[in-house]
Amino acid sequence: MIDITKKFGDVVANNHISLTIHKGEVHALLGENGAGKTTLMNVLYGLYRPTTGTIRINGKAVSIRSPNVAISNGIGMVHQHFMLVEPFSVTENIILGNEPTRAGGIVDMVSAEADVMRLSQEYGLSVDPKALIEDLSVGSQQRVEILKTLYRGAEILIFDEPTAVLTPQEIQELVTIIKNLTAAGKSVIIITHKLKEIKQIADFCTIIRRGEHIDTVEVDKVSEEELASMMVGRQVSFKVDKPEQQAGAAVLEIKNLRVVDKRGIAAVNGLNLQLKKGEILGIAGVDGNGQTELIEALTGLARVQAGSIQVNGQELANQTPGTIRTNHKVGHIPEDRQKRGLVFEFDVAENLILSSYNTSRFSTFFILLRAAIYSNAEKLIKLFDIRPANAKITAKSLSGGNQQKMIIAREVSSNPDILIAAQPTRGLDVGAIEYVHQTLVEQRNRGKAVLLISFELDEIMNVSDRIAVIYEGRIVGEIKAKEADEQQLGRLMAGCSL
Amino acid sequence: MKKVFFSLKEAVINGAAGLTIFSILLGFIVGAVVLLLAGFNPIEAYGAIIRGIFSKPKYMSYVVIYSTPLIMTGLSVAFALRTGLFNIGAEGQFIVGSLTAAMVGYFVHLPMMLHVPLCILSAMAVSAAWGGIAGFIKARHGVHEVISTIMLNWIALYLLNWAVTIQSFGQRGTGKSHMIQQTARIDLFGQWKITPEGIDFIRSHKILGDILKSPVNTGIIFALVFAFLVWFILNRTTLGYELRAVGFNPHTAECSGINVNRSIITSMSIAGALAGAAGGLQVLGVSYRVAKLAAMEGYGFDGIAVSLIGNNTGPGSVFAGFLFGGLKYGGSKIQDAVGAPTEVINIVVGTIILFIAMPKLIQLLLRRGGRWK
Repeated sequence: MIDITKKFGDVVANNHISLTIHKGEVHALLGENGAGKTTLMNVLYGLYRPTTGTIRINGKAVSIRSPNVAISNGIGMVHQHFMLVEPFSVTENIILGNEPTRAGGIVDMVSAEADVMRLSQEYGLSVDPKALIEDLSVGSQQRVEILKTLYRGAEILIFDEPTAVLTPQEIQELVTIIKNLTAAGKSVIIITHKLKEIKQIADFCTIIRRGEHIDTVEVDKVSEEELASMMVGRQVSFKVDKPEQQAGAAVLEIKNLRVVDKRGIAAVNGLNLQLKKGEILGIAGVDGNGQTELIEALTGLARVQAGSIQVNGQELANQTPGTIRTNHKVGHIPEDRQKRGLVFEFDVAENLILSSYNTSRFSTFFILLRAAIYSNAEKLIKLFDIRPANAKITAKSLSGGNQQKMIIAREVSSNPDILIAAQPTRGLDVGAIEYVHQTLVEQRNRGKAVLLISFELDEIMNVSDRIAVIYEGRIVGEIKAKEADEQQLGRLMAGCSL
Repeated sequence: MKKVFFSLKEAVINGAAGLTIFSILLGFIVGAVVLLLAGFNPIEAYGAIIRGIFSKPKYMSYVVIYSTPLIMTGLSVAFALRTGLFNIGAEGQFIVGSLTAAMVGYFVHLPMMLHVPLCILSAMAVSAAWGGIAGFIKARHGVHEVISTIMLNWIALYLLNWAVTIQSFGQRGTGKSHMIQQTARIDLFGQWKITPEGIDFIRSHKILGDILKSPVNTGIIFALVFAFLVWFILNRTTLGYELRAVGFNPHTAECSGINVNRSIITSMSIAGALAGAAGGLQVLGVSYRVAKLAAMEGYGFDGIAVSLIGNNTGPGSVFAGFLFGGLKYGGSKIQDAVGAPTEVINIVVGTIILFIAMPKLIQLLLRRGGRWK
């Protein structure tokens, strides 16, 4: 890709970017949210036409007008959100749009399945060709996507944030698969902002910042810190700075909590936990051990079957989300920000008052005070550095990191005594992560209590004062963060005793 | 000039209003093609419609009278849609509202200043309950409002047909109710029109007299006030904020402390009240009574079309209501003028809605068109 420029109206998404991929290499594309990585790859895959610039494959200039042209040139893309037909089988999905047929237009499923089997063995992608997509785990679905591109003869595979949806084990499996692919002479491009993974699998890394090509480096010769500062354009600290602080009195006291999940199984079963003023308590655990149900019970979204949740001595089990927010002053940064955290079609200012629209600040006698709502938005946009700084654009048009900043701005500005932060940095780049962590620490420094739930062990260990490990719906161990080590936490998370 | 055209195109591609206007144009083009295929001259037919609307003040007055209930049911559907609810039940709420207004208008004796508001308010209250039932069973039992409101429509229809057989209310054997009291009517100069001076006035004043030949009433004023109220409630009040939040994303709304179930009931009740007011105004201003229905009259269903054409907003419903009312009234003239079937108008309306429902297609067509130049 030579000198690619892509403009959307007046916005320059890619500014004269060049990228060279060699046969058999893993090339990472690193950049913050909204830096222009995905745009560049969409140009390569034929989803966008470049404003200027040329693409050469094996020395030959090609004009990639559509994904079909890209596929016929040996380019395949594994999207972040999978493009699979759920009720179809693995084979049916792989051959979709490219079905082998026998006489009379009948799909030749037997040879298709054989082809799929052969491909999956060749690259170590174990999937059952007859299984239905809806029955597969996320990791297996991703393998189907990879097989789909290989079936169409892809030589260059583009992965858009492939690890965002995977569990740690699945990430390891993906690393092996990518190694198999490159060993077979395929080239791989990975769009990511996770530095650890780049160090682990990539040979080269191209850094893009605000649409500009910053540098292309050999991954072995740079450190994670160097990559991070090139990506963000300033020094980034991975260590979270926080002053020593004595935790105060208990504000939240959970006793023998029992919550059932949608299937009627007790996801939280006999959980005990205490949260004190001026501390960050991290809940470590593997996904699916009752974290979601715990959060939902605390915020009034799920029914509490048994046990008690007390805030400053007052019971809040089974109260409405509204009461818990306003009367008990519990703020909540939801796990799934797009589903629960914001209203896409509302503008930024409207989103910023979701939990306080009916207070006297923003309404009198049921009439919204628009001047106050928009000046509040201006203030918070400045304070929390939400970009672009425009209160009147819809939340949908913000990048993921800025959407999260908006939610955090809303929750923190309502000045809660307890802040529940569920996966607050999921999908964010290092710059935004640093910002979120600082905000959580500021809350703690002001004497507020923060409950941090995360699947990222590094995050838990870095940010928390105290760590509680959740396993099968109960707390199986509590450790001071300073004394914790990864091995020990890992064993607890796997259900072993200390 | 080129620049103007370009910015117009941009507006059509990016804005809802532009898209609507473009869809309307396409609707008329498709209607013209149908007329042509059927062997009629589309220019003559459309000319007949335009003449049928604008050539006499009386005609324009009729268009306003036709449009009033459509604006109101359009508002009803639009309001519910803003909360993410599809109110197919405007039809039934309209019937219940008209029945209530006819009963209060006939049985109660009050001075006009009290009687009219009482009729409208009671129509709204009963229809609010009627719509609220659908909201309640959705909130409580998860029954989809499309299903429940369709059933409530039929219940409303048969309730009305039964009510006109009640001895004290219905005129024996006619299938019609008694006329409402004079004090409950919102017509203008209805009594005066039949006095000698009135007849004299109509004869001697060309324009005003012609207008007075139609059943002029104040319903449109109510409709415009309601349109403003709908806009105000949705965009300027905490209630509207809640309802819109629930409509866009109920999960976020719930998480932010908004009572989603209560919002569903509230929204359906308000939608019901609006459709009920439509029915009430129709009785108070035009029909003065209710009559046995063999089938649905279609005011509520037309309201769905009005709401969609009006982009589900208050002002949009007014615009679309007039368009629809004009087409309905003017369209009825093409049968006599060129012999073309009135149903062509339904094809035009249907096509408009089809294109509005396919914004992506229209945007694609326009972008392609730009590339060819």
